[in-house]
Amino acid sequence: MNIKNSVIKFNNVTKRFPVGGDYFIALKNIDLLLNKGEFTGLVGPSGSGKTTLLNIIGGLDSASDGNVSVLGQSLENTSHNERAKVRRKNMGFIFQSYNLLPVYSVFENVELPLILNKIDSTQRLKKVNQAIEWVGLSDKRDSRPSMLSGGECQRTAIARAIVHQPALVMADEPTANLDAENSHHIMKILTNLNRELSTSFVFATHDEKIMGYLKRIIHLEDGQIKKDQLIKNPKFS
Amino acid sequence: MLLKIAIKNLLGARLRTILNVFVTSFSFFIILLMSGMYDGMLQHAKNVTIDTEIAGGAYWHPNYDPLDPMSFEDSHSLIPNKIQSLIDKKDAFPVLVNQVSIYPGGRIMPAILKGIPPNQDIVKMPSTSLNSYKDGTIPVLIGKGMAQSTKLNVGDSFTIRWLDINRTFDANEGTVVHIMDTENFKIDMGHIWIPLNIAQSMFAMQDQATYVTYKKNLKEIADNTDWLHRDVDFLVKDMEAIIEADKPSVQVMFIILLSLAAMGIFNAQVLSIFRRGREIGTLMALGMTRLRVVALFTLEGGLNAILSAFATLIVFGPFLWYFSMSGIPLPIDYTEMGLIMAKRLIPVYSAGLIFSTMILVSIIVLIVSYLPSRKISQMKPTDALRGKAIT
Repeated sequence: MNIKNSVIKFNNVTKRFPVGGDYFIALKNIDLLLNKGEFTGLVGPSGSGKTTLLNIIGGLDSASDGNVSVLGQSLENTSHNERAKVRRKNMGFIFQSYNLLPVYSVFENVELPLILNKIDSTQRLKKVNQAIEWVGLSDKRDSRPSMLSGGECQRTAIARAIVHQPALVMADEPTANLDAENSHHIMKILTNLNRELSTSFVFATHDEKIMGYLKRIIHLEDGQIKKDQLIKNPKFS
Repeated sequence: MLLKIAIKNLLGARLRTILNVFVTSFSFFIILLMSGMYDGMLQHAKNVTIDTEIAGGAYWHPNYDPLDPMSFEDSHSLIPNKIQSLIDKKDAFPVLVNQVSIYPGGRIMPAILKGIPPNQDIVKMPSTSLNSYKDGTIPVLIGKGMAQSTKLNVGDSFTIRWLDINRTFDANEGTVVHIMDTENFKIDMGHIWIPLNIAQSMFAMQDQATYVTYKKNLKEIADNTDWLHRDVDFLVKDMEAIIEADKPSVQVMFIILLSLAAMGIFNAQVLSIFRRGREIGTLMALGMTRLRVVALFTLEGGLNAILSAFATLIVFGPFLWYFSMSGIPLPIDYTEMGLIMAKRLIPVYSAGLIFSTMILVSIIVLIVSYLPSRKISQMKPTDALRGKAIT
């Protein structure tokens, strides 16, 4: 692995959650290095620690032990504000249930990260239109999420995640609520973005349909990495 | 940036915003109306007192104390020249006050007898009715309250007994010539009004008076006698003292109304904010700091208050205006309870009332927006994203 190019570095990371008077160990001594431009899937059954790992990478949660470094910045002992800044500038999130703001239109949902990054309105308009075009929703830009199908909602969420061209996009079960056709459509969009923007993608998934797109598959089980698999020629790349 | 998002959120939320704004503006409306009604009641009481009793002010005999009936027999004299000149110009009228006993239906009752020139037009009293002196008895004008307590009707006669200047009791028959429907209980309860010249002759106090009431907008005359000038401010002092004494109850009422409004707004805001846990989690995932989340929702609350102020103006303004024009009918006659109250209460909305209500309700909205958003922003982003219940 190329350490210079690394976007995520986990060193002996453990995550414990208090349950009753005891602790549940969600991640156990994880060592991980993800490089720029990788298209990686965290794969495993429910409760294997995929989402926890993703949350720690995104700074939404913190490790109980060990060191986490994302985009060259250690997340250890960082404040909420510093983590928020890292997310705002360098990360994009795609959620299983889209998490679009229901009162905003497609355009406004996609525009939000740019507003948070204080991008001026001319640039915003350009970038939002471009992102909406990437995901093929130009004809829906004024629609609200309630007027969109599941696939369109997820495409909106993707446009929102990549509009500010972050170095890293994390997707938590992005196709779990979609049918096969929409799942493939979404994955094709993400593969193209990965290729065109060199954005690193990390997926948490147990959806067999998307495995064929991944360039690297990390198998998690009981909070531990059981297998780390590099795919030289992904099936659908 | 936050303002832009807050405006978007408010406008985008449509029904939620409409409900929040309606609850807040309804609170504005109720507080304004209730406070306006109370202010209107006080204003009315003051106006009625001025119109029917005080006019522009008065000159009192130095011994006159309206709260001490025992002082009445010593509080009369000839009217000083400068004050008399006001009377001559019809800018003032004299009143002679004395204590008497009356016997309506054979019962004895103490009363304050006031002699008034029947043709005066300085205070709004139907004193001209006293001109109908025909059958040799004393024409008497009483108020509705007095009529009820004495069970006297127009045309009824009763004995009036008084102590004359020689300190012997004298008596004569009085006949009720008119019952005035006045809201001012101070000229009604315990009072009988008769023509001034008869009063002066009864008490052998020719050309004497106890006080002289003068027209509105007349300047105080430079008088070197010992008669006391009493302006409107002085004469409404007792009423202001009553108002002052009543202030705590008004404040309690205001606090109750404000608390009810606050609870309504709090309920609407908490429901609105706590339902938006996922949205807050998403904003945090997108890189919004906790402080900004709190600021955003508090700002939304502030904008809600501003929108509500406009909504109050547009939606409830016509109602407020209508009530201030036509008044609100009162179900019972409060004058019987010794209160100066109109039959239709006209609310008065002062700039101070409107401003203070707006400020107070806005502060409440800001607080009840700040508290739940602060609570929700302290959640872990992962919990907020999952829409975990807030306790």
